[in-house]
Amino acid sequence: MEFVVRAWSAQARLGSLHLGATGPQLETPCLLLLTRKGLPAFIPPDLFHKLHPDALALQVSPLHFLDSPPPEVVAEVGGLHKMLCLPEHGLVAVGRDSIMDEADGEGTTKLGASFKTSFGRRIVGPVKYMEVINACKPNLWASLPDEVPAWVSEKRNRMSVGRTLQWLDHCLSLSTDMGCLGVVVGGSSVEQRTHSAQQTATRNVAGFSLGGFGLGEAAEDRGPLLEAVTASLPMEKPRHVSGLGMPEEVLQAVAAGVDLFDSTYPHMLTMGGYAMTFPATMEDILGGFANKNLAVEEWSKSDSDSAKICLRSVSFRLDESPLVDGCKCYTCRKHSRAYIHHLLNTHEMLAQTLLDIHNMYHYLGFFQAIREAIRANDFPVFHNQFISHRRQSTLLLSSQ
Amino acid sequence: SPAMALRFEVLARHNRARASRLTLPHFECETPLFMPVGTQGTIKGLAGDQLEDLGCQIILGNTYHLALRPGAELLEKMGGLHQFMNWPRALLTDSGGFQMVSLLHLADITEEGVTFQSPVDGKPMLLTPEESIQIQNKIGADIIMALDDVVKTTTEGPRVEEAMHRTLRWIDRCIAAHSRPKEQNLFGIVQGGLDPRLRDLCIKGLVERNLPGYAIGGLAGGEEKDAFWRVVAQCTAGLPEDKPRYVMGVGYPLDIVVCSALGADMYDCVYPTRTGRFGTALVPEGLLKLKHAAMAKDYRPLDSSCSCMVCSRYTRAYLHTIVTKEAMGCQLISYHNVAYMMQLSRNLHKSILEGRFPEFVQTFLKKQFPSGDVPEWVQSAMEVAGIDISMCCYPYPQGIKKQMTTTGL
Ligand SMILES: [Zn+2]
Ligand SMILES: [Zn+2]
Repeated sequence: MEFVVRAWSAQARLGSLHLGATGPQLETPCLLLLTRKGLPAFIPPDLFHKLHPDALALQVSPLHFLDSPPPEVVAEVGGLHKMLCLPEHGLVAVGRDSIMDEADGEGTTKLGASFKTSFGRRIVGPVKYMEVINACKPNLWASLPDEVPAWVSEKRNRMSVGRTLQWLDHCLSLSTDMGCLGVVVGGSSVEQRTHSAQQTATRNVAGFSLGGFGLGEAAEDRGPLLEAVTASLPMEKPRHVSGLGMPEEVLQAVAAGVDLFDSTYPHMLTMGGYAMTFPATMEDILGGFANKNLAVEEWSKSDSDSAKICLRSVSFRLDESPLVDGCKCYTCRKHSRAYIHHLLNTHEMLAQTLLDIHNMYHYLGFFQAIREAIRANDFPVFHNQFISHRRQSTLLLSSQ
Repeated sequence: SPAMALRFEVLARHNRARASRLTLPHFECETPLFMPVGTQGTIKGLAGDQLEDLGCQIILGNTYHLALRPGAELLEKMGGLHQFMNWPRALLTDSGGFQMVSLLHLADITEEGVTFQSPVDGKPMLLTPEESIQIQNKIGADIIMALDDVVKTTTEGPRVEEAMHRTLRWIDRCIAAHSRPKEQNLFGIVQGGLDPRLRDLCIKGLVERNLPGYAIGGLAGGEEKDAFWRVVAQCTAGLPEDKPRYVMGVGYPLDIVVCSALGADMYDCVYPTRTGRFGTALVPEGLLKLKHAAMAKDYRPLDSSCSCMVCSRYTRAYLHTIVTKEAMGCQLISYHNVAYMMQLSRNLHKSILEGRFPEFVQTFLKKQFPSGDVPEWVQSAMEVAGIDISMCCYPYPQGIKKQMTTTGL
């Protein structure tokens, strides 16, 4: 793995991350696409390969490879790249099943972390965890964390920091490969976060994964926490964050110098029958948003807002336009809102496939815009414009 | 003669079997061909580009479902089903009658049409032959089907005769109601149950109407296989040589091979996609149940002779872990199963064209029945089709063989 920071805009940074000899070259900030058992949930491989030029990196969950398939089967095939037939894609293993599970810190003992999986609650210790990681051979893997939500006691929070470090050392000792992202925790305590970051930075890791976010902390506390962590980390190594996936959260973390993201946001929208419509190009965001997306009366009628439209709404029954005018994704080039509304209405699986294609494409475009803004050294303006537009449209909507 | 919106050219024959070119308004098809069923304007879990990649030529839509959602008026407003689902190739719609009779318990057939309880508000509704055609004219498929009087294949007695006569009376109402004969082809459906006399009467009546194509209806409903193939053989022999022949609801690979040998051209069935959703893959040897524990450590593709996107990428071991659990499992197995059916269609067409149809049938049967236990009905059908499959079957006692040849049809 090779990582180079190429440009800064305030604390936000533009980097390039090369994931090994056969891995892709990623431009950061970068979105890792969500998977179920290693593949995108609804987008079959032939369509996935045509999705977007940036659809090169996937987040995989080691928890999906505990039992079915078990690590020995993955190892026998020669790792996940082979099993999934994604030889040139970047695979980043993160010990969180973002769809199924949110860490609650309950049930975790010194023996291992507790996860709610589709097979029920499982305790996974460093040994089992590394058996899976070593079988999967991902390009990067986050160490096993003891993640706790923001509201736990100080004592429990301290314990989480100590245990996460201890497990990091254990994981590293069992690793057959480099490419470890050491997990930084510390809940809502700046002091613990800083301590966790400083200690993790002393280990032989390729980069860092910021854990324990998106677990109940207030949005206004998050900025300072993120900044405290990144300030304590070496600049030349990549930083990943887990659990921050909404556009505003992504911008907040980019502003603090985070490089890699996994996000359930596109998936959640797809499951709800929504399509992303928020402005996602630098031109649209910095241009003060052309008014094309500001049909507030329309939103309230159709359970939509400035960020998304709900295709379940009958108001799209006869709508022959694509999800987003001018969008170049497969779905928008090929199908109308009316057709997708019909597919949702008749519970046809193709609805999720088409929505997910658009939502991933749109979000990858948003990350492209973030990188452009950093390259142009315009990121703070870009960030502010985006947030103020969102605020403005939320106000408009609530006044309806 | 009435307007037709198709051209049908037989390119090659082997006895009764034929390889043809069927030119429809939206696509030039090669037969024999299998039509995947896209009930509500989509083949479950497959995108349009994938269906084109797989070589699908005609997709079937169900009029009953489409009329309920999104509705015929909406489809007409949106420029027809082709444009609504953005499918550039050919479409076929059924009449809606069969779906009503099979899905709704309270359907009742009178001379006027099929009465049924609306699934939306419970009110009694009536589907007449005229209405079925009007709806299908709005949907705009390349091939539309006449409303027929459907009885269960297992029904016997005067009801079968009544249904056959009514089907003939209704075909004239369908023809009269058909408003787009230059863009859509109305196919008539041969009824008559398992009674050769009734089937013959129906064929005669329909052929007099000189329709663009004919379907063989009332089969694949649980009748004995021996009765099934005899009806197909009788109908294909009686229907005109220069018109396409469509066996409705038939989709098991073995049935398609047998019917093609007997001179049928078109097939449809939900089976490949439905069985895929339940984790069963179609392979030359028969069926592969991916949920089976033996698959957990099987590192082979579904079918080593298949070059589809799924077989070239995934092992059975991986598919085993996602079938029936993840949406992707269902999508991938359905994809392969449709690929299998399309490959079967191409193989039938090519082998007839290249004069090696018997060899194709023999290889197919040897794979499906490696121990030689080819069912008797297949053996009898192949004898009528004039295809020697003796090398695929273990030797029969002399007595049975003799009896078979003397009974004939
Ligand atoms: Zn799009
Ligand atoms: Zn295949």
